[in-house]
Amino acid sequence: MSLATESAPADNPALRRFALATAAATFALVWAGGLVTSHGAGLAVPDWPNTYGYNLFFFPFSKWLGGIFFEHTHRLIASGVGLLTTILALWLFGRKSRPLLRWGGALLLLAGLLALFLNPQSTGRSPMEDDLMLLAVGAAALAGSFVWPKCEPSPKWLRRLGVLAFFAVVAQGVLGGLRVTLLKDQLGIFHATLAQLFFVLMSAIALFHTAFWRNLPAQAEGGAKRLRCFFLAATLLILAQLALGATMRHQHAGLAIPDFPAAYGKIWPDTGPASVLRYNQQRIEVEGYAPITAFQIVLQMVHRLAAGIIFLMVGACAWLARRQLGPQHRLSRLASGWLLLIVAQIFLGAATIWTGKTADIATAHVACGALSLALGGLISIISFRGLAAPAGRHCPAQDSLISPGQIG
Amino acid sequence: MKKSVLILATLALAASWQIAPAADVTGKVTLKGTPPPEKEIVFDGTCGPMNPTPVTTRHYVVGKDNGLRNVFVYVSKGCEGKTYPVPKEAVELDQSKCMYQPYVLGMMVGQTLKIKNSDTCMHNVHALPLAADGAEGFNIPQGAGQENDKTFTHPEVLVKFQCEVHNWMFAYIGVVSNPYFAITDENGNFKIPNLPPGDYTLTAYHLKTHGKTSTGVSQAIKVAGDKAVTANFTVEVPPPAP
Repeated sequence: MSLATESAPADNPALRRFALATAAATFALVWAGGLVTSHGAGLAVPDWPNTYGYNLFFFPFSKWLGGIFFEHTHRLIASGVGLLTTILALWLFGRKSRPLLRWGGALLLLAGLLALFLNPQSTGRSPMEDDLMLLAVGAAALAGSFVWPKCEPSPKWLRRLGVLAFFAVVAQGVLGGLRVTLLKDQLGIFHATLAQLFFVLMSAIALFHTAFWRNLPAQAEGGAKRLRCFFLAATLLILAQLALGATMRHQHAGLAIPDFPAAYGKIWPDTGPASVLRYNQQRIEVEGYAPITAFQIVLQMVHRLAAGIIFLMVGACAWLARRQLGPQHRLSRLASGWLLLIVAQIFLGAATIWTGKTADIATAHVACGALSLALGGLISIISFRGLAAPAGRHCPAQDSLISPGQIG
Repeated sequence: MKKSVLILATLALAASWQIAPAADVTGKVTLKGTPPPEKEIVFDGTCGPMNPTPVTTRHYVVGKDNGLRNVFVYVSKGCEGKTYPVPKEAVELDQSKCMYQPYVLGMMVGQTLKIKNSDTCMHNVHALPLAADGAEGFNIPQGAGQENDKTFTHPEVLVKFQCEVHNWMFAYIGVVSNPYFAITDENGNFKIPNLPPGDYTLTAYHLKTHGKTSTGVSQAIKVAGDKAVTANFTVEVPPPAP
């Protein structure tokens, strides 16, 4: 069903702020996840869902050392985002969530009490800690049900997005856990890519609660369809580029090409076996990286080429938007901001190479990529609603789609 | 009576084992070319105080007369179809001062690998064998003073080990099906004792020089009686591409 024809959510400042906070927390989580991979700490905690046998929330601070710090912090932030997403999904159902919270909370409380009383001689520390957590969550949910907002449920499409977000965050957690327990790097690629998509989803949910979205009029513009397609295509290309980047990062091979803008001093590096062997012989890695392969070199070259194509596409989006909608149009401004973000992202990519893949720079590159995708996603969503011309509806002749005061 | 016969037979077998001719294979691995300089390891706040003097990476450890250390030398052909008793002694991989000691070691399939943590801090031992699709890989935490025993059932040269808490810690183990292997010392010298008479292929493998796509440099050797055999190798690191 088209968003343009669907009802917008009622104005709810508290829910809006909460959705924005959840999106911001998701961005922090992407950043923390980037730090984990940049520091090669993905397996620093060898068990999951526990942490060295402790319940996640009971792991002593004194043991947060080396790579454990990054991985454990990532897990804690992920738990926080999981909690925020769950609350947001429930909030979208408004007062209808109250019985679920009350009875669900009571059940969890009961389960926690039963576990504690029926199994008081738990040998490991984790079972006791898990029981206490169950008890705490149950009690919090039960207590929360008494003060739960009595607002009306959000529109059905938004509630569905909330449910999707809930399942996505659960899937994301399980993927991250399986990557640890199964020792499979490939799962890390999916984990990283789903994280980016999840951030787009949370950003979109936050957008849908703004006055900006509610007041977005449908307006037909000349060539709008082409512009919308450009926005969407550039966004999808960024998504593919981020998946490519995740694949490179989860090879755990360091920099496959150590120079930029040249590649081993050439426009296109030699990837023959003798050359690859020579590249490896000259690499002195401090970290325990695997030797690089021809495939990894080609992967980085494709990543570089894709970056150039994205720059051109987003540049074309910004130019087309200014030309068709005018420089003062909100979408034109957003597209210009998007282009700036892409330029910053290219610079961070280059800096990642120039600094020998310094963890903080490489992580900033990941985070900027997430912002680029999210902004592209939001621009596409706005354009599909704002530049649509619903059948039978008159298109007002406005110079600007939205006035500045309409931003919520 | 039966018992006496059994003892005599055992003694005779032992004597024949002792007097069976076998030779020592010795040699040296020399590095040709100038390797890139090693890098200093930047330790974290926990491991830094354990290492008051600078510690570098160990990719190319070159000694006297360009002798190359940490080369895994082993009999790669000539032992097929034969079975060898697995040594009862365990080989030891220690974690000391936030570094693996030794950097390269060898063991037989089925032999016990004792992994030790001599440090006061926690380490994670992540083994990344590629044989059998990595089925024997593991990632285990080790607290201070803890020990774990592991074995490998598939030969592989070399299995990588790394600490997932401290990303500068990594080491390699050559796992082979026969007991005829050695690691070169600080001057590139090695000695493989008691190799029975026969025709063999001796291979020297250095991870950094040979990479993952090469099996190393090999040469045919012939052991006749108990006459010592010398086998020298040269491995080359070419200059970087212009």
